[in-house]
Amino acid sequence: MNILSLFVLIPALMLLGLWAARNLNQVRGVMVAGSSALLVLAVWLTVAYLQARGAGETAEMLFTASVMWYAPLHICYSVGVDGISVVMLLLSAIIVFTGTFASWKLKPLTKEYFLWFTLLSTGVFGFFISTDLFTMFMFYEVALIPMYLLIGVWGSGRKEYAAMKLTLMLMGGSAFLLIGILGIYYGAGAQTMDVLEIARMHNIPEDMQRVFFPAVFLGFGVLGALFPFHTWSPDGHASAPTAVSMLHAGVLMKLGGYGCFRVAMYLMPEGLAAWGDFFLVLTTISVVYGAFSAVVQTDLKYINAYSSVSHCGLVLFALLMMTRTSCTGAILQMLSHGLMTALFFALIGMIYGRTHTRDVRELNGLMKIMPFLAVGYVLAGLANLGLPGLSGFIAEMTVFVGSFEHTDVFHRTCTIIATTSIVVTAVYILRVVGKILYGTCRNPEHLKLTDATWDERVAVICLVACVAGLGLAPWWVSDTISLSVEPIVSQLCVLNP
Amino acid sequence: MNTNLSPIWSLHAELSLVAVLLVIFLADLFRRPEGNSRWFRVLACVLMAVQIGLDLTPDTRELFGGMYVNTPFTSVVKSILSAGTLLVFLQCGEWMGRKDTRHRQGEFYVLTLSTLLGMFFMVSSGHFLMFYIGLETASIPAACLVALDKYRHQGYEAGAKFILSSMFSSALLLYGLSLIYGTCGTLYFADVPSLLEGNALQAFALVLFIAGMGFKMSLVPFHLWTADVYQGAPTGVAAYLSVISKGAAAVALAIVLRFVFPFMEGQWTLVVAVLSVVSITVANLMAILQTDLKRFMAFSSISQAGYIVLGVLAGTAQGMASLAYYIAVYVVANVAVFAVISTVEQHSGGLTGRDAYNGLYRTNPRLALVMTLALFSLGGIPPFAGFFSKFFIFAAAFEEGWWLVVFLALLNTIISLYYYLLVVKAMYIVEPEGGQCVVSPFRCSPGVRVCLLLCVAGICLLGLCSGLYDGLTHWAGLLPFGAVAGL
Repeated sequence: MNILSLFVLIPALMLLGLWAARNLNQVRGVMVAGSSALLVLAVWLTVAYLQARGAGETAEMLFTASVMWYAPLHICYSVGVDGISVVMLLLSAIIVFTGTFASWKLKPLTKEYFLWFTLLSTGVFGFFISTDLFTMFMFYEVALIPMYLLIGVWGSGRKEYAAMKLTLMLMGGSAFLLIGILGIYYGAGAQTMDVLEIARMHNIPEDMQRVFFPAVFLGFGVLGALFPFHTWSPDGHASAPTAVSMLHAGVLMKLGGYGCFRVAMYLMPEGLAAWGDFFLVLTTISVVYGAFSAVVQTDLKYINAYSSVSHCGLVLFALLMMTRTSCTGAILQMLSHGLMTALFFALIGMIYGRTHTRDVRELNGLMKIMPFLAVGYVLAGLANLGLPGLSGFIAEMTVFVGSFEHTDVFHRTCTIIATTSIVVTAVYILRVVGKILYGTCRNPEHLKLTDATWDERVAVICLVACVAGLGLAPWWVSDTISLSVEPIVSQLCVLNP
Repeated sequence: MNTNLSPIWSLHAELSLVAVLLVIFLADLFRRPEGNSRWFRVLACVLMAVQIGLDLTPDTRELFGGMYVNTPFTSVVKSILSAGTLLVFLQCGEWMGRKDTRHRQGEFYVLTLSTLLGMFFMVSSGHFLMFYIGLETASIPAACLVALDKYRHQGYEAGAKFILSSMFSSALLLYGLSLIYGTCGTLYFADVPSLLEGNALQAFALVLFIAGMGFKMSLVPFHLWTADVYQGAPTGVAAYLSVISKGAAAVALAIVLRFVFPFMEGQWTLVVAVLSVVSITVANLMAILQTDLKRFMAFSSISQAGYIVLGVLAGTAQGMASLAYYIAVYVVANVAVFAVISTVEQHSGGLTGRDAYNGLYRTNPRLALVMTLALFSLGGIPPFAGFFSKFFIFAAAFEEGWWLVVFLALLNTIISLYYYLLVVKAMYIVEPEGGQCVVSPFRCSPGVRVCLLLCVAGICLLGLCSGLYDGLTHWAGLLPFGAVAGL
């Protein structure tokens, strides 16, 4: 039995366990046991992966396994991981673990909530371990649909509207994706669905690449909040319950960037050459537009959602720069954004759970009332605006250095425009931090509120540790990623010197 | 066994079905008309379950000089149809056992089985006359079934609509067949292809044929009867019409177009492609507007028929297999939805509006979950079987170069997802008016529970386990694809 299959098997067992659970404690027990097992597994996998690489393994993917599934279409259940997927799995495991604690007191229908939540994480884990186009796409869709019920039933605000909008837009993206996958499969001679195999053959006709590259890139790009297809994201994130926002912004949006890189760019480099500049402009707009939109929002979740649009735009932006440094930066940015945005959403959820408002104008002086949560919020904010020592700095630095390696005017201009987002980020982060945390509390009701409970502290401490850890000791992550980015980027560099 | 008799055993599927029909017919005589007669329904279900196995045949057999051809592929299709009929029988128990319908149980089973017999002959035909007889045997009892609730004026009206539109489409079909006979001098499937020249008269015949079959499958623009008939017919009958008749007609259409008109491919593929896209799109847009779930499912089934005919476009064994696989998956999902609709209808005093489902999750969580899974499968959401069947049928059409058609069909899956989610939303999210759920908690009858269990197993396993699709591809590969082209 392949070790990677455990990433799908454990959530599947959790689903069964939840199904059988009779009361709240059993539900929580299953969730904690399962998500801890996943976290341990992810850490173990990371260590094993680093050891294998240290021992001189040079294969592109490790821990590979493949079982024929649908022979007529060459569909296999094939798994394998490289440095990129290892860190993504680690990220997902952390978010699922902390998300469990962040929704500790969620009511009503706790059992059903965790059922859908676990189904969602099954899709996420499955996506990151798959190397087969069909399996990948299947897990991708498995991760999308639970969002509808999670937001629709347990969300807040305009939840029905947001849930429907999110589902339909993402499903629209996957329609593009499906046509693109069929294009790749038949373009590559209908011999295999395996990503590595197709990349190695590198035989998709150029005219087909020109048609199907934008389909795949758009398909994944919708999930990566590519302008102008990002509009599902603010509404969705704002309406979703806390842990779902965490998982969605923290992990699910990374599926978009990961897919763009692994499928669209890796398999269709000629298509990328034709469309790269066009998409680069769109992502630049994402980066800047997201940041400026965040400035004018008054709802904490909306601010963070637009900030996610900006930061996830930066992921796609860095990928399209196509240098080894910038692509490494993109993956680092996924990791960093995943952690800090999850932290943000967790804290916002906890604050909202106490004050019952997320309006910036109605919150003041929370630092004295709930110091633990407030300090966490400040840390998340500082990571978001790229303070050295925290994860955001490492990621953005790598991205912009990598992007500036280009010497032509077009890429330089885009880079400079995108860089301005750093300043704007500082504006909206500091403004909010100053407004809601400092000063005197003017609402007497808020003075009675309490600070974080133990389950909330577990989630926050875990995430803060990861954000700081990544910021202080980034080398092992960036080396791992950089090594795995290499084969993909070299595929691109042949055509885009 | 006498060797002179042995060829007749090629008809074993049909013979055993006739035997089942006769047994039920005779058993009906020993039944107290006013009694509940649970044993009678159990008997029908058991016989149908046996029939599923009896349909299969390992090799190709011809009979009556080629008028009847039974291949392993068609035998599997017959098994799928029998399995679907079994599911419909299981779910009908509750409705049949009602005081006002229980004396008509025998009629229901006998009529249903006669339509099934007609469909068996239709998919196994090797001659246009046999095809036509099969089609009519399938249509006329179906009209009686639609009007089974004869004291409801909607049922009466639906029956009349069904028989009229059915006759009209048969007339079109017959006209097309007569033109083929006039220009070719034969109606044997094996002989017609070499005599076709693709002239105007034959093209006209082809159009008439497709139109006739379009009526049977309720493709747009021949769909106008569908919604009224489904709404007026008893829910169990609507389920039967929406899956079994439609599936059989689709397979028959695919076989005729692929093996009788292969040389006129250039003329009919575009027609079929347009029919498919238009059916999917129009039906989807209409489905959004429906608030009655039976009408809603009628439009949903029209759009599903559009997806099914996509499989006809791919002239490969894989295309044929995808088509049959799609039908199998569609059968389990659609029957599950209809089973829920019918149960809720029986237990709520005839409510089929979407409003009645508001908050169903709270009163009947399992029923709501089954409905959700089935709708997800219809909408093509993994890991349910509908995702796989849609993927395969798209792949088959894509391989033949129908990129644009596949793309438009894909965009339509989003619209269809929207209206399927509307039902899910009603069950899970919408607050019932006044906080009081319309449907109170109830226990389903054992038949319905078995039916739903089988459907859920099918929805979850038909996709994740590759057995059925692999088998279908294998058997479809045995069809004479090359042989016709080689003539």
